[in-house]
Amino acid sequence: MEVHIQLTKLRTKLFCSCNSDYRDAEPNTHLCPICIGLPGTLPVINNKAIEFATKIALGLNCQINEVMYFFRKNYFYPDLPKGFQISQYNKAGGKAFADGGKVTIRLNSNKKDILLDRIHLEEDPARLVHKGSIRTSPYTLVDYNRSGIALIEIVTEPVLSSPAEAREFLNQLKLIVQYTGISDLSLEGSLRVDANISIKGHPRAEVKNINSFKEVESALIYEIMRQKNEIKKGKEIIQETRHWDGRVTIPLRTKEFEKDYRYFPEQDLVPIIITKKNIDEIRESLPEMPYERVSRLQHQYMLSEFDAENLILDKDIADFYENGVNSDPTFGPNEFKLYCNWLMNDIVGWLNENNSKIIDTKLKPHYIVDLILNIKKGTITTKMAKTMINDMMKGKTISKILEDKDKKRISNEFILEKYCKEAIEENPNIIKDFEKNPKAFEALIGRVMAKTKGQADPKITRKILRNLLH
Amino acid sequence: MPEKEEISEDTLEYISKLALLDLKEEEKSKLVKQLSEILIYFNKLNDLDTENIKPMTHPIEGLQNVFRKDIPKKSLSNEEALKNAEHKKNGFFKAPKILKG
Repeated sequence: MEVHIQLTKLRTKLFCSCNSDYRDAEPNTHLCPICIGLPGTLPVINNKAIEFATKIALGLNCQINEVMYFFRKNYFYPDLPKGFQISQYNKAGGKAFADGGKVTIRLNSNKKDILLDRIHLEEDPARLVHKGSIRTSPYTLVDYNRSGIALIEIVTEPVLSSPAEAREFLNQLKLIVQYTGISDLSLEGSLRVDANISIKGHPRAEVKNINSFKEVESALIYEIMRQKNEIKKGKEIIQETRHWDGRVTIPLRTKEFEKDYRYFPEQDLVPIIITKKNIDEIRESLPEMPYERVSRLQHQYMLSEFDAENLILDKDIADFYENGVNSDPTFGPNEFKLYCNWLMNDIVGWLNENNSKIIDTKLKPHYIVDLILNIKKGTITTKMAKTMINDMMKGKTISKILEDKDKKRISNEFILEKYCKEAIEENPNIIKDFEKNPKAFEALIGRVMAKTKGQADPKITRKILRNLLH
Repeated sequence: MPEKEEISEDTLEYISKLALLDLKEEEKSKLVKQLSEILIYFNKLNDLDTENIKPMTHPIEGLQNVFRKDIPKKSLSNEEALKNAEHKKNGFFKAPKILKG
Protein backbone atom coordinates (compact mmCIF):
# COMPACT_ATOMS: atom_id res chain seq x y z
CA MET A 1 0.00 0.00 0.00
CA GLU A 2 1.14 3.53 -0.76
CA VAL A 3 -0.46 6.20 1.37
CA HIS A 4 -0.15 9.84 0.40
CA ILE A 5 -0.71 12.36 3.13
CA GLN A 6 -0.84 16.07 2.48
CA LEU A 7 0.97 18.15 5.07
CA THR A 8 -2.10 20.36 5.49
CA LYS A 9 -0.64 22.17 8.52
CA LEU A 10 1.95 23.83 6.28
CA ARG A 11 0.98 27.31 5.14
CA THR A 12 2.78 27.14 1.81
CA LYS A 13 3.58 24.58 -0.87
CA LEU A 14 6.68 22.38 -0.85
CA PHE A 15 8.80 24.36 -3.32
CA CYS A 16 7.16 27.78 -3.58
CA SER A 17 5.45 30.33 -1.34
CA CYS A 18 1.93 29.94 -2.76
CA ASN A 19 -0.72 29.57 -0.07
CA SER A 20 -1.43 25.89 0.51
CA ASP A 21 -4.98 26.53 1.72
CA TYR A 22 -6.59 25.83 -1.64
CA ARG A 23 -9.70 23.91 -0.69
CA ASP A 24 -12.37 26.58 -1.02
CA ALA A 25 -10.47 28.60 -3.62
CA GLU A 26 -11.45 29.24 -7.22
CA PRO A 27 -9.48 27.03 -9.63
CA ASN A 28 -5.98 28.18 -10.58
CA THR A 29 -5.72 31.05 -8.13
CA HIS A 30 -2.94 29.65 -5.89
CA LEU A 31 -0.25 29.54 -8.55
CA CYS A 32 3.10 31.09 -9.28
CA PRO A 33 5.65 30.51 -12.04
CA ILE A 34 7.30 27.76 -9.95
CA CYS A 35 4.26 25.55 -9.37
CA ILE A 36 3.04 25.80 -12.95
CA GLY A 37 6.51 24.92 -14.14
CA LEU A 38 7.32 27.97 -16.25
CA PRO A 39 10.80 27.83 -17.80
CA GLY A 40 13.62 29.30 -15.78
CA THR A 41 11.97 29.05 -12.39
CA LEU A 42 13.77 27.55 -9.42
CA PRO A 43 12.17 25.59 -6.56
CA VAL A 44 13.20 26.30 -2.95
CA ILE A 45 12.43 23.82 -0.17
CA ASN A 46 10.04 24.75 2.64
CA ASN A 47 12.04 24.10 5.84
CA LYS A 48 8.91 23.31 7.82
CA ALA A 49 8.17 20.46 5.39
CA ILE A 50 11.48 18.86 6.35
CA GLU A 51 10.58 19.28 10.02
CA PHE A 52 7.13 17.73 9.51
CA ALA A 53 8.54 14.81 7.52
CA THR A 54 11.02 14.22 10.34
CA LYS A 55 8.16 14.24 12.85
CA ILE A 56 6.12 11.60 11.06
CA ALA A 57 9.23 9.51 10.40
CA LEU A 58 9.94 9.51 14.14
CA GLY A 59 6.29 8.80 14.97
CA LEU A 60 6.42 5.75 12.69
CA ASN A 61 9.77 4.58 14.11
CA CYS A 62 11.57 4.97 10.78
CA GLN A 63 15.30 5.39 10.29
CA ILE A 64 15.85 8.89 8.92
CA ASN A 65 18.58 9.25 6.31
CA GLU A 66 20.97 12.02 7.15
CA VAL A 67 21.99 12.87 3.59
CA MET A 68 19.45 12.93 0.80
CA TYR A 69 18.50 14.73 -2.37
CA PHE A 70 15.44 15.01 -4.53
CA PHE A 71 14.91 13.22 -7.85
CA ARG A 72 12.87 13.97 -10.93
CA LYS A 73 10.31 11.33 -11.77
CA ASN A 74 9.46 11.83 -15.43
CA TYR A 75 6.10 11.07 -16.97
CA PHE A 76 3.64 12.94 -19.12
CA TYR A 77 0.23 13.50 -17.68
CA PRO A 78 -1.78 16.73 -17.49
CA ASP A 79 -1.52 16.81 -13.69
CA LEU A 80 2.22 17.49 -13.93
CA PRO A 81 2.97 20.95 -15.31
CA LYS A 82 6.71 20.33 -15.61
CA GLY A 83 6.54 16.87 -17.17
CA PHE A 84 8.13 15.47 -14.03
CA GLN A 85 7.35 15.24 -10.35
CA ILE A 86 9.97 16.22 -7.80
CA SER A 87 10.14 13.23 -5.50
CA GLN A 88 12.67 11.04 -3.76
CA TYR A 89 14.23 7.77 -4.90
CA ASN A 90 15.98 5.09 -2.92
CA LYS A 91 17.99 3.70 -5.84
CA ALA A 92 20.64 5.02 -8.23
CA GLY A 93 22.60 6.43 -5.32
CA GLY A 94 19.53 8.13 -3.86
CA LYS A 95 18.00 7.73 -0.43
CA ALA A 96 14.44 7.74 0.81
CA PHE A 97 13.57 10.36 3.42
CA ALA A 98 13.47 7.51 5.90
CA ASP A 99 13.57 3.72 5.78
CA GLY A 100 11.74 1.04 7.70
CA GLY A 101 9.33 1.76 10.53
CA LYS A 102 6.15 0.05 11.61
CA VAL A 103 2.56 0.52 12.67
CA THR A 104 1.07 -1.92 15.15
CA ILE A 105 -2.54 -2.88 14.50
CA ARG A 106 -5.02 -4.94 16.46
CA LEU A 107 -7.58 -7.10 14.72
CA ASN A 108 -9.85 -9.48 16.62
CA SER A 109 -7.58 -9.09 19.65
CA ASN A 110 -4.53 -10.19 17.64
CA LYS A 111 -1.69 -7.71 17.34
CA LYS A 112 0.30 -7.42 14.14
CA ASP A 113 3.17 -5.16 13.11
CA ILE A 114 2.65 -3.66 9.67
CA LEU A 115 6.20 -3.06 8.48
CA LEU A 116 6.99 -0.02 6.40
CA ASP A 117 9.40 0.03 3.52
CA ARG A 118 10.11 3.77 3.35
CA ILE A 119 8.68 7.25 3.40
CA HIS A 120 9.24 9.97 0.80
CA LEU A 121 8.66 13.68 0.65
CA GLU A 122 7.28 14.83 -2.70
CA GLU A 123 5.00 17.32 -4.43
CA ASP A 124 1.32 16.73 -5.10
CA PRO A 125 0.17 16.81 -8.74
CA ALA A 126 -2.73 18.95 -9.93
CA ARG A 127 -6.39 18.11 -9.53
CA LEU A 128 -8.08 16.87 -12.69
CA VAL A 129 -11.74 17.56 -13.31
CA HIS A 130 -13.75 15.53 -15.77
CA LYS A 131 -17.07 16.22 -17.36
CA GLY A 132 -19.07 13.26 -16.09
CA SER A 133 -17.02 10.10 -15.86
CA ILE A 134 -13.25 9.96 -16.47
CA ARG A 135 -14.04 7.42 -19.19
CA THR A 136 -16.47 9.48 -21.26
CA SER A 137 -15.31 13.03 -20.57
CA PRO A 138 -14.41 14.70 -23.90
CA TYR A 139 -11.60 16.66 -22.26
CA THR A 140 -9.76 17.11 -18.97
CA LEU A 141 -9.82 20.31 -16.94
CA VAL A 142 -6.79 21.03 -14.81
CA ASP A 143 -6.65 22.97 -11.54
CA TYR A 144 -3.03 23.48 -10.52
CA ASN A 145 -3.87 24.86 -7.06
CA ARG A 146 -2.96 21.46 -5.59
CA SER A 147 0.16 21.23 -7.71
CA GLY A 148 3.21 21.49 -5.45
CA ILE A 149 1.46 20.85 -2.12
CA ALA A 150 3.78 18.88 0.17
CA LEU A 151 3.00 15.17 0.37
CA ILE A 152 4.39 12.40 2.48
CA GLU A 153 4.32 9.05 0.77
CA ILE A 154 4.32 6.06 3.09
CA VAL A 155 5.01 2.69 1.48
CA THR A 156 4.32 -0.52 3.36
CA GLU A 157 6.01 -3.85 2.83
CA PRO A 158 3.70 -6.32 1.08
CA VAL A 159 2.38 -7.56 4.42
CA LEU A 160 -1.30 -6.57 4.43
CA SER A 161 -3.36 -9.68 3.87
CA SER A 162 -6.96 -8.46 3.96
CA PRO A 163 -9.09 -5.33 3.43
CA ALA A 164 -9.82 -5.32 7.17
CA GLU A 165 -6.11 -5.20 7.96
CA ALA A 166 -5.71 -2.34 5.49
CA ARG A 167 -8.52 -0.44 7.22
CA GLU A 168 -7.00 -0.95 10.67
CA PHE A 169 -3.57 0.07 9.39
CA LEU A 170 -5.03 3.32 8.07
CA ASN A 171 -6.88 3.98 11.32
CA GLN A 172 -3.68 3.65 13.31
CA LEU A 173 -1.72 5.68 10.79
CA LYS A 174 -4.35 8.43 10.92
CA LEU A 175 -4.01 8.50 14.69
CA ILE A 176 -0.23 8.86 14.58
CA VAL A 177 -0.57 11.66 12.02
CA GLN A 178 -3.11 13.41 14.26
CA TYR A 179 -0.74 13.15 17.23
CA THR A 180 2.23 14.55 15.30
CA GLY A 181 0.10 17.53 14.26
CA ILE A 182 1.35 17.63 10.67
CA SER A 183 -1.99 17.24 8.94
CA ASP A 184 -5.73 17.45 9.37
CA LEU A 185 -6.90 14.26 7.73
CA SER A 186 -10.56 15.22 8.01
CA LEU A 187 -9.99 17.58 5.09
CA GLU A 188 -11.21 16.22 1.77
CA GLY A 189 -8.44 14.69 -0.33
CA SER A 190 -5.81 15.04 2.39
CA LEU A 191 -5.27 11.29 2.29
CA ARG A 192 -5.04 9.21 -0.85
CA VAL A 193 -4.25 5.56 -1.13
CA ASP A 194 -2.82 3.49 -3.97
CA ALA A 195 -3.08 -0.20 -3.38
CA ASN A 196 -1.12 -2.94 -5.12
CA ILE A 197 -3.32 -5.98 -5.08
CA SER A 198 -2.51 -9.49 -6.10
CA ILE A 199 -3.87 -12.97 -5.65
CA LYS A 200 -1.08 -15.32 -4.58
CA GLY A 201 0.89 -16.53 -7.60
CA HIS A 202 -0.49 -13.91 -10.04
CA PRO A 203 0.68 -10.47 -11.22
CA ARG A 204 -0.50 -7.40 -9.34
CA ALA A 205 -2.69 -4.51 -10.38
CA GLU A 206 -2.41 -1.07 -8.84
CA VAL A 207 -5.60 0.73 -7.85
CA LYS A 208 -5.24 4.49 -7.68
CA ASN A 209 -7.46 7.31 -6.48
CA ILE A 210 -8.89 5.81 -3.32
CA ASN A 211 -9.69 9.12 -1.71
CA SER A 212 -11.00 8.39 1.73
CA PHE A 213 -10.71 6.03 4.64
CA LYS A 214 -14.21 4.78 4.05
CA GLU A 215 -13.53 3.80 0.45
CA VAL A 216 -10.37 1.80 1.02
CA GLU A 217 -12.14 -1.30 2.20
CA SER A 218 -14.77 -1.28 -0.55
CA ALA A 219 -12.20 -0.62 -3.28
CA LEU A 220 -10.03 -3.49 -2.07
CA ILE A 221 -12.95 -5.88 -1.74
CA TYR A 222 -14.07 -5.02 -5.27
CA GLU A 223 -10.62 -5.46 -6.81
CA ILE A 224 -9.99 -8.79 -5.08
CA MET A 225 -13.34 -10.05 -6.37
CA ARG A 226 -12.55 -8.86 -9.89
CA GLN A 227 -9.18 -10.60 -9.93
CA LYS A 228 -10.60 -13.84 -8.54
CA ASN A 229 -13.30 -13.79 -11.21
CA GLU A 230 -10.76 -13.22 -13.99
CA ILE A 231 -8.68 -16.14 -12.77
CA LYS A 232 -11.78 -18.31 -12.50
CA LYS A 233 -12.56 -17.49 -16.13
CA GLY A 234 -9.07 -18.69 -17.03
CA LYS A 235 -7.77 -15.19 -17.81
CA GLU A 236 -4.45 -13.86 -16.58
CA ILE A 237 -4.27 -10.65 -14.54
CA ILE A 238 -2.67 -7.80 -16.48
CA GLN A 239 -0.12 -5.70 -14.65
CA GLU A 240 -1.79 -2.31 -14.99
CA THR A 241 -2.95 0.80 -13.21
CA ARG A 242 -6.64 0.96 -12.45
CA HIS A 243 -8.82 3.85 -11.33
CA TRP A 244 -11.33 3.57 -8.47
CA ASP A 245 -14.41 5.56 -9.42
CA GLY A 246 -16.31 4.99 -6.16
CA ARG A 247 -18.03 1.82 -7.35
CA VAL A 248 -15.70 -0.17 -9.60
CA THR A 249 -12.09 -0.12 -10.79
CA ILE A 250 -11.45 0.67 -14.44
CA PRO A 251 -8.22 0.27 -16.42
CA LEU A 252 -6.27 3.52 -16.64
CA ARG A 253 -3.04 2.65 -18.39
CA THR A 254 -0.70 -0.25 -18.74
CA LYS A 255 1.72 0.17 -15.91
CA GLU A 256 4.94 1.93 -16.75
CA PHE A 257 8.07 0.12 -15.72
CA GLU A 258 10.26 1.83 -13.22
CA LYS A 259 12.96 2.63 -15.77
CA ASP A 260 10.36 4.50 -17.83
CA TYR A 261 10.27 7.19 -15.16
CA ARG A 262 13.92 8.01 -15.91
CA TYR A 263 14.63 9.05 -12.35
CA PHE A 264 17.61 11.35 -12.02
CA PRO A 265 18.82 13.79 -9.35
CA GLU A 266 17.01 17.14 -9.34
CA GLN A 267 19.74 19.65 -10.14
CA ASP A 268 17.70 22.66 -9.10
CA LEU A 269 17.78 21.57 -5.46
CA VAL A 270 20.94 21.03 -3.43
CA PRO A 271 21.32 18.07 -1.04
CA ILE A 272 19.66 18.05 2.36
CA ILE A 273 21.57 17.11 5.44
CA ILE A 274 19.65 16.32 8.60
CA THR A 275 21.98 16.03 11.54
CA LYS A 276 21.48 13.83 14.58
CA LYS A 277 21.14 17.04 16.56
CA ASN A 278 18.25 18.23 14.33
CA ILE A 279 16.53 14.89 14.75
CA ASP A 280 16.97 14.91 18.52
CA GLU A 281 15.53 18.41 18.79
CA ILE A 282 12.46 17.42 16.81
CA ARG A 283 12.13 14.23 18.85
CA GLU A 284 12.07 16.37 22.00
CA SER A 285 9.28 18.53 20.59
CA LEU A 286 7.09 15.58 19.64
CA PRO A 287 4.08 14.86 21.82
CA GLU A 288 3.55 11.43 23.27
CA MET A 289 2.54 9.01 20.52
CA PRO A 290 -0.79 7.14 20.76
CA TYR A 291 0.81 3.75 21.47
CA GLU A 292 2.82 5.32 24.32
CA ARG A 293 -0.28 7.01 25.68
CA VAL A 294 -2.24 3.76 25.93
CA SER A 295 0.13 2.29 28.49
CA ARG A 296 0.41 5.55 30.43
CA LEU A 297 -3.39 5.93 30.67
CA GLN A 298 -3.67 2.35 31.91
CA HIS A 299 -1.19 2.97 34.69
CA GLN A 300 -2.05 6.54 35.62
CA TYR A 301 -5.84 6.11 35.74
CA MET A 302 -6.12 2.36 36.36
CA LEU A 303 -8.01 1.93 33.11
CA SER A 304 -8.33 -1.33 31.22
CA GLU A 305 -6.37 -1.71 27.96
CA PHE A 306 -9.72 -1.65 26.16
CA ASP A 307 -10.72 1.69 27.71
CA ALA A 308 -7.28 3.22 27.14
CA GLU A 309 -7.20 2.15 23.48
CA ASN A 310 -10.67 3.57 22.95
CA LEU A 311 -9.79 6.90 24.51
CA ILE A 312 -6.71 7.49 22.36
CA LEU A 313 -8.58 6.82 19.09
CA ASP A 314 -9.11 10.56 18.92
CA LYS A 315 -6.42 12.80 20.39
CA ASP A 316 -8.98 15.49 21.23
CA ILE A 317 -11.07 12.98 23.20
CA ALA A 318 -8.04 11.69 25.10
CA ASP A 319 -6.92 15.27 25.89
CA PHE A 320 -10.46 16.08 27.02
CA TYR A 321 -10.47 13.03 29.29
CA GLU A 322 -7.21 13.92 30.97
CA ASN A 323 -8.20 17.56 31.42
CA GLY A 324 -11.47 16.43 32.98
CA VAL A 325 -10.28 13.82 35.45
CA ASN A 326 -7.38 16.03 36.53
CA SER A 327 -9.63 19.02 37.21
CA ASP A 328 -10.92 17.51 40.46
CA PRO A 329 -8.39 16.41 43.09
CA THR A 330 -10.97 14.18 44.82
CA PHE A 331 -11.18 11.91 41.77
CA GLY A 332 -9.87 8.38 42.20
CA PRO A 333 -9.95 5.11 40.21
CA ASN A 334 -13.73 4.81 40.60
CA GLU A 335 -14.36 8.27 39.12
CA PHE A 336 -11.68 7.76 36.44
CA LYS A 337 -13.67 4.80 35.20
CA LEU A 338 -17.03 6.60 35.53
CA TYR A 339 -15.70 9.59 33.59
CA CYS A 340 -14.43 7.30 30.84
CA ASN A 341 -17.83 5.59 30.58
CA TRP A 342 -19.78 8.83 30.35
CA LEU A 343 -17.35 10.23 27.79
CA MET A 344 -17.08 7.15 25.58
CA ASN A 345 -20.75 6.12 25.70
CA ASP A 346 -23.00 9.14 26.14
CA ILE A 347 -20.84 11.99 24.88
CA VAL A 348 -19.23 10.18 21.93
CA GLY A 349 -22.66 8.74 21.15
CA TRP A 350 -24.07 12.26 20.99
CA LEU A 351 -21.13 13.39 18.80
CA ASN A 352 -21.69 10.54 16.36
CA GLU A 353 -25.43 11.19 16.17
CA ASN A 354 -24.85 14.87 15.55
CA ASN A 355 -21.88 14.32 13.26
CA SER A 356 -19.84 16.66 15.40
CA LYS A 357 -16.38 16.86 16.94
CA ILE A 358 -15.80 17.43 20.63
CA ILE A 359 -13.79 20.60 20.06
CA ASP A 360 -16.71 22.07 18.10
CA THR A 361 -19.16 21.69 21.00
CA LYS A 362 -19.51 23.86 24.10
CA LEU A 363 -18.93 20.92 26.40
CA LYS A 364 -16.11 21.58 28.87
CA PRO A 365 -14.11 18.81 30.59
CA HIS A 366 -15.31 19.79 34.08
CA TYR A 367 -19.00 19.42 33.07
CA ILE A 368 -18.67 15.64 33.29
CA VAL A 369 -16.99 16.03 36.68
CA ASP A 370 -20.04 18.09 37.76
CA LEU A 371 -22.35 15.38 36.42
CA ILE A 372 -20.57 12.61 38.31
CA LEU A 373 -20.56 14.67 41.54
CA ASN A 374 -24.27 15.50 41.26
CA ILE A 375 -25.11 11.82 40.87
CA LYS A 376 -22.87 11.02 43.84
CA LYS A 377 -24.64 13.68 45.96
CA GLY A 378 -28.00 12.28 44.89
CA THR A 379 -29.20 15.56 43.34
CA ILE A 380 -29.93 13.67 40.15
CA THR A 381 -30.23 10.05 39.13
CA THR A 382 -28.22 8.44 36.34
CA LYS A 383 -31.41 8.30 34.31
CA MET A 384 -32.00 12.04 34.73
CA ALA A 385 -28.38 12.75 33.85
CA LYS A 386 -28.80 11.01 30.52
CA THR A 387 -31.68 13.35 29.61
CA MET A 388 -29.44 16.32 30.37
CA ILE A 389 -26.62 15.38 27.96
CA ASN A 390 -28.11 17.41 25.13
CA ASP A 391 -28.17 20.60 27.25
CA MET A 392 -24.66 19.88 28.47
CA MET A 393 -23.37 19.66 24.91
CA LYS A 394 -24.81 23.12 24.33
CA GLY A 395 -22.77 24.60 27.13
CA LYS A 396 -24.76 24.06 30.36
CA THR A 397 -23.49 22.26 33.43
CA ILE A 398 -25.82 19.95 35.35
CA SER A 399 -25.76 22.45 38.23
CA LYS A 400 -26.82 25.23 35.87
CA ILE A 401 -29.57 23.09 34.35
CA LEU A 402 -30.93 22.38 37.85
CA GLU A 403 -30.64 26.03 38.84
CA ASP A 404 -32.55 27.16 35.73
CA LYS A 405 -35.29 24.68 36.51
CA ASP A 406 -35.47 26.17 39.97
CA LYS A 407 -35.63 29.72 38.67
CA LYS A 408 -38.47 28.99 36.29
CA ARG A 409 -40.43 27.23 39.01
CA ILE A 410 -43.78 28.88 39.74
CA SER A 411 -44.25 29.12 43.47
CA ASN A 412 -46.47 32.20 43.62
CA GLU A 413 -49.66 31.00 45.34
CA PHE A 414 -52.03 33.41 43.55
CA ILE A 415 -50.86 32.29 40.15
CA LEU A 416 -50.92 28.62 41.12
CA GLU A 417 -54.39 28.95 42.59
CA LYS A 418 -55.60 30.33 39.25
CA TYR A 419 -54.20 27.30 37.40
CA CYS A 420 -55.62 24.91 40.01
CA LYS A 421 -59.13 26.42 39.72
CA GLU A 422 -58.96 26.13 35.94
CA ALA A 423 -57.89 22.51 36.21
CA ILE A 424 -60.82 21.74 38.52
CA GLU A 425 -63.35 23.45 36.23
CA GLU A 426 -62.02 21.81 33.09
CA ASN A 427 -61.99 18.30 34.55
CA PRO A 428 -65.38 17.55 36.18
CA ASN A 429 -64.90 13.81 35.53
CA ILE A 430 -61.79 13.68 37.62
CA ILE A 431 -63.51 15.61 40.41
CA LYS A 432 -66.40 13.15 40.34
CA ASP A 433 -63.92 10.33 40.78
CA PHE A 434 -62.09 12.13 43.53
CA GLU A 435 -64.08 10.70 46.46
CA LYS A 436 -63.40 7.04 45.75
CA ASN A 437 -60.15 7.14 43.81
CA PRO A 438 -57.04 8.62 45.43
CA LYS A 439 -55.25 8.49 42.08
CA ALA A 440 -57.64 11.16 40.78
CA PHE A 441 -55.88 13.70 42.95
CA GLU A 442 -52.54 12.86 41.35
CA ALA A 443 -54.17 13.15 37.93
CA LEU A 444 -55.31 16.65 38.79
CA ILE A 445 -51.79 17.66 39.82
CA GLY A 446 -50.68 16.30 36.46
CA ARG A 447 -53.13 18.65 34.70
CA VAL A 448 -51.71 21.67 36.54
CA MET A 449 -48.20 20.56 35.63
CA ALA A 450 -49.22 20.24 32.00
CA LYS A 451 -50.73 23.74 32.02
CA THR A 452 -47.53 25.21 33.45
CA LYS A 453 -45.19 23.12 31.29
CA GLY A 454 -43.90 21.38 34.38
CA GLN A 455 -42.92 24.59 36.11
CA ALA A 456 -45.46 24.57 38.95
CA ASP A 457 -43.90 23.88 42.32
CA PRO A 458 -45.34 20.44 43.12
CA LYS A 459 -45.45 20.93 46.89
CA ILE A 460 -47.39 24.21 46.79
CA THR A 461 -49.70 22.95 44.04
CA ARG A 462 -50.57 19.94 46.17
CA LYS A 463 -51.37 22.16 49.17
CA ILE A 464 -53.58 24.54 47.14
CA LEU A 465 -55.48 21.74 45.44
CA ARG A 466 -56.14 20.04 48.76
CA ASN A 467 -57.51 23.31 50.21
CA LEU A 468 -59.69 23.94 47.17
CA LEU A 469 -61.21 20.49 47.21
CA HIS A 470 -62.04 20.39 50.91
CA MET B 1 33.22 3.89 -32.28
CA PRO B 2 30.08 2.07 -33.50
CA GLU B 3 28.27 3.82 -36.33
CA LYS B 4 25.29 1.47 -36.54
CA GLU B 5 21.74 2.53 -35.63
CA GLU B 6 21.27 2.12 -31.92
CA ILE B 7 17.57 2.91 -31.76
CA SER B 8 15.13 0.45 -33.28
CA GLU B 9 11.68 1.29 -34.66
CA ASP B 10 10.20 -0.58 -31.71
CA THR B 11 12.12 1.49 -29.18
CA LEU B 12 11.02 4.68 -30.91
CA GLU B 13 7.42 3.46 -30.88
CA TYR B 14 7.69 2.76 -27.15
CA ILE B 15 9.26 6.05 -26.11
CA SER B 16 6.90 8.07 -28.28
CA LYS B 17 4.03 6.39 -26.46
CA LEU B 18 5.56 7.36 -23.10
CA ALA B 19 5.93 10.92 -24.36
CA LEU B 20 2.33 10.88 -25.66
CA LEU B 21 3.50 11.74 -29.19
CA ASP B 22 1.74 10.59 -32.35
CA LEU B 23 4.48 10.41 -34.98
CA LYS B 24 4.03 10.39 -38.76
CA GLU B 25 5.96 7.81 -40.78
CA GLU B 26 8.43 10.32 -42.19
CA GLU B 27 9.03 11.75 -38.70
CA LYS B 28 9.74 8.26 -37.43
CA SER B 29 12.50 7.52 -39.92
CA LYS B 30 14.00 10.95 -39.27
CA LEU B 31 13.90 10.49 -35.49
CA VAL B 32 15.35 6.99 -35.55
CA LYS B 33 18.36 8.45 -37.34
CA GLN B 34 18.69 11.54 -35.12
CA LEU B 35 18.20 9.75 -31.80
CA SER B 36 20.73 7.11 -32.85
CA GLU B 37 23.26 9.83 -33.61
CA ILE B 38 22.68 11.37 -30.18
CA LEU B 39 23.14 8.02 -28.53
CA ILE B 40 26.33 7.33 -30.42
CA TYR B 41 27.61 10.73 -29.41
CA PHE B 42 26.89 10.08 -25.73
CA ASN B 43 28.48 6.65 -26.01
CA LYS B 44 31.78 8.48 -26.13
CA LEU B 45 31.47 8.79 -22.35
CA ASN B 46 31.89 5.03 -22.11
CA ASP B 47 35.44 5.41 -23.40
CA LEU B 48 36.43 6.96 -20.09
CA ASP B 49 37.53 4.82 -17.19
CA THR B 50 35.31 5.83 -14.24
CA GLU B 51 36.20 2.89 -12.05
CA ASN B 52 37.56 4.97 -9.18
CA ILE B 53 35.54 8.14 -9.67
CA LYS B 54 32.92 9.07 -7.08
CA PRO B 55 29.56 9.78 -8.78
CA MET B 56 28.72 13.49 -8.88
CA THR B 57 25.09 14.23 -8.17
CA HIS B 58 25.28 18.00 -8.00
CA PRO B 59 27.69 20.27 -9.86
CA ILE B 60 28.03 22.73 -6.98
CA GLU B 61 30.06 21.07 -4.26
CA GLY B 62 29.44 21.98 -0.66
CA LEU B 63 26.16 23.79 -1.06
CA GLN B 64 23.43 22.18 1.03
CA ASN B 65 20.26 22.88 3.02
CA VAL B 66 18.99 25.84 1.04
CA PHE B 67 15.59 26.44 2.58
CA ARG B 68 12.91 29.08 2.83
CA LYS B 69 10.47 29.85 5.64
CA ASP B 70 6.87 28.65 5.54
CA ILE B 71 5.39 32.10 4.90
CA PRO B 72 2.81 32.59 2.11
CA LYS B 73 3.36 35.16 -0.59
CA LYS B 74 0.95 36.56 -3.12
CA SER B 75 0.11 34.26 -6.03
CA LEU B 76 -0.69 35.12 -9.64
CA SER B 77 -4.24 36.04 -10.54
CA ASN B 78 -6.25 33.49 -12.47
CA GLU B 79 -5.98 35.67 -15.60
CA GLU B 80 -2.21 35.94 -15.30
CA ALA B 81 -1.84 32.20 -14.66
CA LEU B 82 -3.90 31.28 -17.72
CA LYS B 83 -2.45 34.00 -19.95
CA ASN B 84 -0.20 31.71 -21.98
CA ALA B 85 -2.62 28.78 -22.15
CA GLU B 86 -4.05 28.13 -25.59
CA HIS B 87 -6.89 25.99 -24.29
CA LYS B 88 -8.85 27.04 -21.23
CA LYS B 89 -12.37 26.83 -19.84
CA ASN B 90 -14.06 28.41 -16.79
CA GLY B 91 -10.77 29.29 -15.12
CA PHE B 92 -9.28 25.84 -15.77
CA PHE B 93 -6.51 24.77 -18.11
CA LYS B 94 -8.06 22.48 -20.70
CA ALA B 95 -6.24 19.30 -21.74
CA PRO B 96 -7.14 16.40 -24.04
CA LYS B 97 -9.03 13.46 -22.57
CA ILE B 98 -6.92 11.03 -20.60
CA LEU B 99 -8.43 7.68 -21.48
CA LYS B 100 -8.26 6.79 -25.15
CA GLY B 101 -11.02 4.91 -26.93
